Amino acid sequence: MAVLKDDTLPIRTSEDVVRVRKEVRVQAIAAGFGIVDQTKIITAASELARNTLDYGGGGTARLELVQNGARKGLRLTFEDKGPGIPDLQLALTDGYTTGGGLGLGLSGAKRLSNEFDIHSVVGEGTRITIARWK
Amino acid sequence: MVSALANILETNESGVLAKWLELLLTSANAGGGRIKEAELKAQCREFLTALRQALAADMGGDTDIQSDTFERVRDLLSDVSRSRAIQGFSPSETATFVFSLKQPIFELLRQFSQDALTLADESWRVTQVLDQLGLFTTEVYQKSREEVVARQQDEIAELSTPVVKLWDGILALPLIGTLDSARTQTVMETLLQSIVDQSAEIAIIDITGVPTVDTLVAQHLLKTIAAARLMGADCIVSGIRPQIAQTMVHLGVELNVVSKASLADALALALTRTGRAVVRVKTPIASTTSH
Ligand SMILES: Nc1ncnc2c1ncn2[C@@H]1O[C@H](COP(=O)(O)OP(=O)(O)O)[C@@H](O)[C@H]1O
Ligand SMILES: [Mg+2]
Repeated sequence: MAVLKDDTLPIRTSEDVVRVRKEVRVQAIAAGFGIVDQTKIITAASELARNTLDYGGGGTARLELVQNGARKGLRLTFEDKGPGIPDLQLALTDGYTTGGGLGLGLSGAKRLSNEFDIHSVVGEGTRITIARWK
Repeated sequence: MVSALANILETNESGVLAKWLELLLTSANAGGGRIKEAELKAQCREFLTALRQALAADMGGDTDIQSDTFERVRDLLSDVSRSRAIQGFSPSETATFVFSLKQPIFELLRQFSQDALTLADESWRVTQVLDQLGLFTTEVYQKSREEVVARQQDEIAELSTPVVKLWDGILALPLIGTLDSARTQTVMETLLQSIVDQSAEIAIIDITGVPTVDTLVAQHLLKTIAAARLMGADCIVSGIRPQIAQTMVHLGVELNVVSKASLADALALALTRTGRAVVRVKTPIASTTSH
């Protein structure tokens, strides 16, 4: 699998979340995504970026434009050095929130992606990778 | 290697500082009064001290300003560069801050070096360091300018929303822009206040201009809809594009509210609900006068 573009953006403020969305939109268009796929990956990115900021205390978003054979895709990795998630299954349950949200961000991002991988260690941080293919 | 320059600088710091300041003030760096002399002086003094300390701590050889030793120097320089970028200085005006330090330092070296070899070594070293710092300044400047531009764009994209009275008892809130900022709260509160002030029965929230509806946006909408209900007004959400409707389903978000494709459809529904009808008159009035 070839990586055609690889950028890392900081997530420190809520403007950074806006910027991540903008950049994901640019990359999704570059990947040839239609409007529905664009909207799905942008929305998933928005959820994960905001979690990185709100719960992870800030971190980074890595945006990779990838090609697998004839298929182009977008792989996004959100990483923080925050408190980590003690119970992944619980965190992925619809409606579960510790921050007064709707509790649909993680599970929603998973449903909006083709691939979803989460790695979290309590006291060390969280890394979530999603991918969506054209 | 013990830095001869660091020692010389330490004993002559005030002299170098005065010369440097003089150069800066006569050059473009005074920025036509954009920076107060006292502020410039404080920046120079802090920078010079940090530079001397870094040079003294540096092991010599190929000095790398990205090393830990130069952290404080870089931090100070970043601040200077960033504030210049925001104040609208040009890149060369900004880089002059570092480059104009060469002259007083070279003069000092010429005056105090014990031998030609030390003079050559130290001149080379300080040239290397100041050139790297100059480039660093330009890089930070560039990045800061980009941030300034990006921020201006964000501000344009930020939510700007009037509450519009469409008819007696019918209000519309056309949302345009991102709903991440704290201003979202204010906009929603304005709508609720208008509902009270005008005893509105129906509030139409139009989200045609909202690029992304994530769970945060949905939560704002849900809260507003619930609060409007408490005040006796029903909400209609209009402008949910098909791709957004699909995405909301995947997110698992339900607004539990009537929605219409366009603001016009929503208004038609609102009029019906408040017991009104819009009908076409038999002979269009405009055509009798224009044809
Ligand atoms: N990066 C993270 N670091 C630590 N905890 C997280 C992180 N992301 C999500 N969580 C936890 O998972 C919960 C569910 O997240 P999410 O589904 O996005 O809902 P919400 O953001 O509405 O709370 C959060 O309330 C939080 O406790
Ligand atoms: Mg969330």
